[in-house]
This record gives sequence, structure tokens and C-alpha cells, in this order.
Amino acid sequence: MTEGTVADAFRAEYGRAVATLVRLLGDITLAEEAVQDAFVVALERWPDIGVPPNPGGWIVTTARRKAIDRFRRESTREARHAQALLLHDPDEPQEVGAVRDDQLRLLFTCCHPALSTEAQVALTLRLLGGLDTPQIARAFLVPEPTMAQRLVRAKKKIRDAGIPYRVPTESELPARLRPVLAVVYLVYTAGHSATTGEQLVQEELCDEAVRLARVLAELMPDELEVLGLLALLLLLDARRPARTGSAGELVPLGRQDRSRWDRALVEEGQGRVRALLRRGMPGPYQVQAAIQAVHTDAADSGATNWRQILDLYDLLLALLPTPVVALNRAVALAEVAGPAGALNVVETLPLQGYQPFHVVRADLLTRVGRKPEALEAYDRALELTVNTVERAHLQRRRAEASGAG
Amino acid sequence: MKQYLLAVHSVEGEAEPSTEVIQQMFADVEAFNADMRATGAWVFAGGLHPPTSATVVRIKDGEAMLTDGPFAESKEQLGGFWVLKAADLDAALELARRGAVACGKPVEVRPFRDDAED
Repeated sequence: MTEGTVADAFRAEYGRAVATLVRLLGDITLAEEAVQDAFVVALERWPDIGVPPNPGGWIVTTARRKAIDRFRRESTREARHAQALLLHDPDEPQEVGAVRDDQLRLLFTCCHPALSTEAQVALTLRLLGGLDTPQIARAFLVPEPTMAQRLVRAKKKIRDAGIPYRVPTESELPARLRPVLAVVYLVYTAGHSATTGEQLVQEELCDEAVRLARVLAELMPDELEVLGLLALLLLLDARRPARTGSAGELVPLGRQDRSRWDRALVEEGQGRVRALLRRGMPGPYQVQAAIQAVHTDAADSGATNWRQILDLYDLLLALLPTPVVALNRAVALAEVAGPAGALNVVETLPLQGYQPFHVVRADLLTRVGRKPEALEAYDRALELTVNTVERAHLQRRRAEASGAG
Repeated sequence: MKQYLLAVHSVEGEAEPSTEVIQQMFADVEAFNADMRATGAWVFAGGLHPPTSATVVRIKDGEAMLTDGPFAESKEQLGGFWVLKAADLDAALELARRGAVACGKPVEVRPFRDDAED
């Protein structure tokens, strides 16, 4: 019995407990205080009594009692919160379904379109993921006080403006689901695309995004884009072990040791993509998952079916006509039709401030033998790269390009 | 129920719509208002004269100082508003959507500090 046991329970149970307490108290800040109080009690008691058989239920019950104590002590607190709590049966059994509904309600509140994307992401990580403010601040390269203020403001807006805790109705769902999926995807890419050198934070973000996607898929098994997002994250996550070499360097997809991929995740992701294809109603996340399924299908990078990937990018571009999609399509086009045609496409894209644009451009320029321009493009990409591991990777590629031809 | 201010802002220098468009807008807003009264969401509403008609009163050393014109040099000025009752922000945003369609301008939604009694 160590502090680590309570810390594990914290990671696993915090989001669930907060979600339930928000329903009981109708207030996020009060719910967080109560759950934190309960974990303090756990730290004191669990070393003596041992970890309870149902740690989540124990935390919720204790948090509820702590909230009641707090109301009794502080008579200034709004009486209606106390009333709501006291009227509730304190030993109500925690049904699994009810807990999931609580989490889903809270997720839709955190990702309400009246909140900025930054606020949505921060709230989701804090309230559902149980990440603390310093962790979230590090993950998004924001000073800690800025992140703390962002969280306080967002919670205040939820309370003051009356953003409700409820799952949207069927007719609202498409519009309301979009920011939820975007937040989960953003959490994953923030972990995946290495903004800081702190490995632990990134792993946590990836794990949390996959966990949230699984929860969503379980809660909304008929929403194909939800299933598409989960499949996409599983297939990206399957390759995570091979993305870093023995010296901590970045290994791009084409050079990865494919035996290091997580086979179970690949199979689950591909199975999900096949099931989605049979439904025949492709959306952007489903198509991106399908692209990743084709990548993970190849035994080595030379065996990649680029023709199929290009077809999928054509479909994705029709569904989601953005310059970023056009850039990714150009990468596939270069493999199918050669670098010159792809370069012509890339040169038309308005993505000067987007680091991957310069990386792709540098690679295509190298391949068509325009070395000086390629080196300039690598320099521009390096200017836009903060992460040290990724910088080292680009410097290696720049050196290779410099030596070539 | 909470109370929300639905503020209609007009942007300075924007082209005036045609008389027909304005007539239609008045009719649409009146229909929206009638519906707000019928459903019990109505608290108060009003349209304002242009910002050039505004006077700002400031207290300096206990004396009222008057300034001709609106508060800020802002390009966006309050043109009219509704005060409506709604169960939560989602309900208020739906009213704002309908109000914005009726008046043909963006609508800012802000909650009042104190909840309405009912």
C-alpha cells in the first residue's frame, strides 16, 4: 500500500467521480473540491483499511459526505446545493450505466460550442482525464498561470451562462458531436506530435485520448464517426512503440521496424475499419482510419498500396476540402505519379505557416533534384519546429539532402 | 429559469438594407416578439436610435460630466436588445438563433447576474 496505489486510483477514478458529483451538485468547482477531499481521505485511510473492493464507489460516497460536511461548516454556501445533496440517498448503488451517462453529460458540457477550442480541450483533460493544471499547461506549451486562468474562466462561464449538463438530443447530436470528436483527436495529436521533451506527458495524452474514444464508442455505438475516430486512434497508437528509435530519435513511418507495432491494436483497428466499410456511410474520421488501415496492412513500406491510399485521399478531400488534406493527398500522389506532379499541387497550397508543408515540400524538391531550394525549405521547416527530437530528425534529413546528387 | 440579454449589434459603415428588406425585418421581429410573449419567455425588448444620439454621463469630483456620443470608439454598437427567460444556455442560444434570423444581424447572448425568480 503506497501513495502510488492512490495515485493509480486517482487516474482511473477521478473523471468518473467528478462526473457523478457534478450531477449531484450541479456545480463543477464544488464537485472537484469534494472529489479532491475524498482522495485526501483515501491517502490517510487506505494504508490502514486497504484498497476498498470498489474504489470508485468509495470515492464517490466519501466525496458526497465531504461535500455535506463542507456545507454544514460553511453556512454561506448556497443552500440549494446542500439541499440537492442531502435529499439524495447517500448509499445509492453506483450503476455502471449511470456512471457512463454522467461522464457523457460532462464531456458534452466540456466540449460545448459556446466554449473556445482551447477551453474545451483543457476542461476535458482536467475533468475527465484527471490531469492536473501543470501537466495540461506543459502539454500545450502554455505558462501554468495562463492555463489555470483558462480553466477557471471556462468553469465560470459554464456556471454563469447556464451551460447545461445533458446529452444532446438526436437532432442536435451531429453538430454537438463534432467538437467532442475534434477535442479527443486534438488531445491525441498533442500527445503524438511531441510539443515538449517530456515523454510522460505525451504518453498520458495519447492514452487519455484512446480511453475517451473507447468510452464514446461504447456510449454511442451507432455513431459511425465516433467508431471511425476510435479506429483511427487505435491504428496510430499501434505504431507508437516504433516511432521512437533506441536513441530516442524520431523514426518516420517509412523506416519503422514494423515488428514493433502493437499487433493487437492493428488488428482491432483494421477490424473496426472493415466493419465501417460495410456500413457504407464514410465520414472524415472513417476515411482517415481507412488510410491508416492501408498503411498498417503493408508488411514493409515498399509494399504500401499507394494507389488505394490516393483514392481514399480523393474521397477525404471531397468530404473535407482543406489545404491540409490536399497536402497529405499530395504525399500519396508523389508515390503514385512521381514527385514533380505532387510538387505542382503543393506549391499552390496556402500553408506557409504550417510546418509539415515545408517538410513535404523539402522532400519533394530533393526528389526532383532542386537541392538549393530543398535546403531552404528544410531551413524554413526547422524555424517552425520547437520539439528537439523532431528538430534532430529534420537536421538529419537536411544533411542527407545536402549530400545527395 | 435564467434571464439572458440578447444584444443586437450593428456595424458602423455597413450598407443600409433596402426599404423592402427593412419592412420584412420589422415583420419578422414582430412575429418573433409575439411568439416570445405567447411562450412566456418575454421580459423586455427594445430598439435603439443610432449611437450618434447617445450621451455618456461620467461622475468626476461628484459632478456629472456629459460627453456627446457613445461609450467606445468601437465599430460595433448596440442597436437593440431582448431580455428573455430561458431554462439554460442551449435554450437561450436557440432563441438567439431565431432572433438573429428575424433581425438579420448577429446577436450576443449574455446571462444576467441574478436568476429570475420563476
